[in-house]
Parts: sequence; C-alpha cells; structure tokens
Amino acid sequence: MQYINVALPKGRLGEKVYAMFEQSGYECPSIKETNRKLIFENEEVGVRYFWVKPSDVAIYVERGAADIGVAGKDILLEYSPDVYELLDLKIGKCRMAVAAKKDFRDNTSQTLRVATKFSNIAQKFYNEKCRDIDIIHLNGSIEIAPILGLSDVIVDIVETGKTLYENDLEPIETIVPISARLIANKSSFKFKGEKISEIAASLGKLVRENND
Amino acid sequence: MLNENILKNDEKAVYSLRSLYRKFGYSRFKMSKFEEYDLYVRNKDFLISDGIITFTDTNGRLLALKPDVTLSIIKNAKDVKGSVEKLYYNENVYRISSDSHSFKEITQTGLECIGDIGIYDICEVLYLAVKSLESIDENYIVDIAHAGLLSALIKECDLSENVKQTVLESIQNKSIDEITSIFQKGNITQKAYDIISRLMATYKSSAELCSAFEGTDERVEKALSEFAAICASAEQLGLSDKLRIDFSIVNDTSYYSGLVFKGYISGIPTSVLSGGQYDKLMKKMGKSSGAIGFAVYLDALERHGKESDEYDYDIVLIKDEGCTSAEIIKAVEELSQDSLSVMVLNEPDSSIRYKRLIKLTKNGLEDA
Repeated sequence: MQYINVALPKGRLGEKVYAMFEQSGYECPSIKETNRKLIFENEEVGVRYFWVKPSDVAIYVERGAADIGVAGKDILLEYSPDVYELLDLKIGKCRMAVAAKKDFRDNTSQTLRVATKFSNIAQKFYNEKCRDIDIIHLNGSIEIAPILGLSDVIVDIVETGKTLYENDLEPIETIVPISARLIANKSSFKFKGEKISEIAASLGKLVRENND
Repeated sequence: MLNENILKNDEKAVYSLRSLYRKFGYSRFKMSKFEEYDLYVRNKDFLISDGIITFTDTNGRLLALKPDVTLSIIKNAKDVKGSVEKLYYNENVYRISSDSHSFKEITQTGLECIGDIGIYDICEVLYLAVKSLESIDENYIVDIAHAGLLSALIKECDLSENVKQTVLESIQNKSIDEITSIFQKGNITQKAYDIISRLMATYKSSAELCSAFEGTDERVEKALSEFAAICASAEQLGLSDKLRIDFSIVNDTSYYSGLVFKGYISGIPTSVLSGGQYDKLMKKMGKSSGAIGFAVYLDALERHGKESDEYDYDIVLIKDEGCTSAEIIKAVEELSQDSLSVMVLNEPDSSIRYKRLIKLTKNGLEDA
C-alpha cells in the first residue's frame, strides 16, 4: 500500500486543515484520540498524517519526508521552498503588513529600521520601493520593537489588528494577503501524482463550496 | 578486478554513465577547477545559485572555483558551421546549497552537444538522458517541455513585465489559484487565462498537447511541430511511458530555446537530472551555433537505495602479542579474500560492530 504522507501544521489552523481533509474523505479517526502518538495512519484511504511546527511544514515537504502538507503563504514567500503550490485552502486568512506607532511619520531622509520575523519578505518589499532599510531580525514579540525605539516600523502578520491597537500601533500598509496553501513535493508529485491530484481536487471542491 | 559492492551509488553511476556516453561518441572533457570570474559575472542569471567562491591568482587575476561546467564548455566550443562537438564531463562544482545556505561541493556528470545540431541530436540527448536515469534506477520519470513553445504562448498572452514574472513563477509552482486571482484582479485577459491554464496541465502525449494549442499563431505552431517530432521519436523508442509533458519545469526562457527536461527518481526528493537546448545562451556568448546538454546531480544519489552498513567491519582480528607483522598481514590477506573487510586490533572493542571475531595466535587462526 502506497501511503501519502501529509504534514499538518500544529495548532488551531492544523485542526481546521485536518477537518477539511476529513470532510473530503481522507479521515483518520486515530488522530482524535488523546495520546502522545506523533504519526497517524488510515490504511483504507492510504494517508498518513503527522503534526509538525507550522514553519517546518515546508521543510518536510521540500525534503520529501512528507509528500504534501499545508503551509501559510507567509512561510512560502519567506523561504521560497522548491515545492508545488497546488491549492489555496482559503483558511487562516490574514495579511502581511507594515505597522508602526500611531503617530509615526515616515522620514525618507534616513534609513528605515524594520523589525521582523520575515526578513526576506521585508527586504523584497522595500527593495521594490528602492528604500534603504536596516533589518532587525526578531523571533517573536515583534510589536514591542517600535515601542521601545528598537525599530521605526515592523513587518508582521496581521489578523484582526487587535494586538497592534492594544499596543498603540496600527497597520500602515499591506504587503500581501496570506492564507493556507496545499503544497506538494515535486518528486512525490511525479510518482504519486494521481493520488495527490485526487486529494487536491477533493479539497478544491470543498474550498469552492465553503467560499460560495 | 572490480568489485561493484564496494562502490557507492554515485560512484557506480559515474561508471555506467561514462560507458553510456562513450557508446554514442561523446568524448571526455576534463577541465581545471578554476575559471576566470569574469565568465560568471557576464552570465550570472544562468547559474543556479548566486554565490561563487573567488580568489586572486598569483598574477592578480580574479579566479573562481567553478560553480558550473556548461559555461566553460561553451566558451571553448569551436563554433564551426556544419560540425558537432559531443563532450561529457564528470566534475566537482561549488555552489551555495539551497537548504543549508552555505557552499557545497557537488559532483556532477553530464554531457553537451554543441554545433550545428538538428532534430537527431536533440533526440539523441533526450534518449541519453532517459537512459542515464534508467541506469541508476528503473523507477524514474522524465518531465519534458519546450521553452520556445512556452515563450511563444506567453507572448500570445501579451502580459506586462511584472505580471509575466508572477505568471511564470505560478506555472513553475503549479499554482493555478494564483493565476485565477491575477485574472480576477483584471491583470490578464480571458484569452491569456485560457492559454495559461492549459499550460499548467500535465499531458501524457504530444497529441494531447497539440490538440490543446492547435490553431494558435505561427511561432507557436513551429515550436509545437518541433516538439511533436521529438515526442514522436521518443515514442518509437518506447520511452513514452516514462515521459510526461509538464511546463512547470521551464525555469528560464532567456537561456533555453527548445526542448527542456528534468528527471526524477522515486525516493529522491529533488530532481536528479536537468537539461535542455540553450541556443539563446550560445548567442549571448557570441556563438552562432546551437547546443543541448544535461547534467546529472550525483550527490542526490548518496542516500538512495542501499541501506547504510550495519557493521563497521566484517571481521575483527585480535592479534596475539607473539605474532609477527608479516604473519598478521598474511592472515588479513587470507581472511579478506572474498572482499571482506578485516580490522586488526589488540583486544576487542565494544564500540565496534562486526560480524566475526577471530583470534590470531601462534597456532594460527581461531574463532573467538
């Protein structure tokens, strides 16, 4: 039996994603049992699921440990993994945005200091504007950077903007809309393509139904 | 005598590929590890990775450790009308690896067919590419496409420069949703959308492809008929089972002009073979003739197939203090006859894994 290995992102988004797989006919009841197992498989439908850190999904897929997986567009833009991007699942919607303190005034006569987890996205965005920037790569709590004067602006994911407003920040520019994408390993797609396309098609149908 | 079992996968591949290429009249091209840096600066986009290791030679010239072989071969190509040069190589190149973001030495074998190439030469190179993969593993797939056909069709779509970039990227990623969203924003026309979505499908035969793009303009027709001719000969050779037409593999239409192909082996996550016809690169380098070639990335084969060895040595030989060096060497020669590995130790070591433990005493060999 040839399994399709599916890397799911741990957390709330992953649960939504699994629900979509389940609705599309690729259920795996054992995944809902509470135990410490990491890998779950259903021989009948030929899928094997495992949970990994959301930012690692693309790595598992690119290196072939998973045939397919679900990753945010933010991760795909930041790391540009060599994978196929088969479907926009239209969940986990948010946007990559520039945010700053409410009284921020952009002074183009000096280098803009940008704090972010997404250095490549930020660099590319400002390169296109020919703006000289100083990237400050942080791994979390990005919002605090402009408040403490570490940076002028931040580039981060904005969902509702609530965290920003609570910290006296506001989004000033959208870079790109983000949502969860179904990705596939290029080599797996050659050898397990039929099954992968079948999964993508069923999920695609569900996405259209949910968004109509 | 050559014992194949001691060869690693990539070493085995080098042997079988060499004999395959020689059969078709390709001769070995051995080159130096260094090349003038200037060559790469002028053709930066052709290189897979940006980074190049450079150093200054004793006479002050800036040299580079080769990141690529093709450019060096083209540079030295004769470019005489009517002649065809057929060369193969087996070289180490130095590139930034996409996963570790640091320099890596990559072993690469490949061939180039340069000169007045015709449909026969193109078919021959494709045939050799398929056979190269077959000699490594029988479970393989070769994706083929035509860069000229892709550019002609994209031209038909009449896209602005930055939309074109996004469209090409989306074709490479098979991201039909991205194309749909560009279309919904009104950045491409209905006609362009139709062409692009047809380009993103996978086709099993050239007949399917031809029927999808029939009746488009002259340039498209020309590329299509060339591509169909190549596919037809592949079909006659019985290769069509292993070939898929898939335009997602075309990554640069500014260098590649005709047939392009990429090979995959089941169980290896990345492509192991990549090549195509690159007349446009020849032109950029001031040559009037055409060229086609491919490279096999042997480093990808390292972990393929064979499980890693369970044992460090087949036999551990414990030597008695009284034994002379000559006696020990003779004993090793005797034990290692069936190409077994023998490690001589003073006393057993629990950190070593072995199949047999043998003691060498004054009375000869005895199992321990």
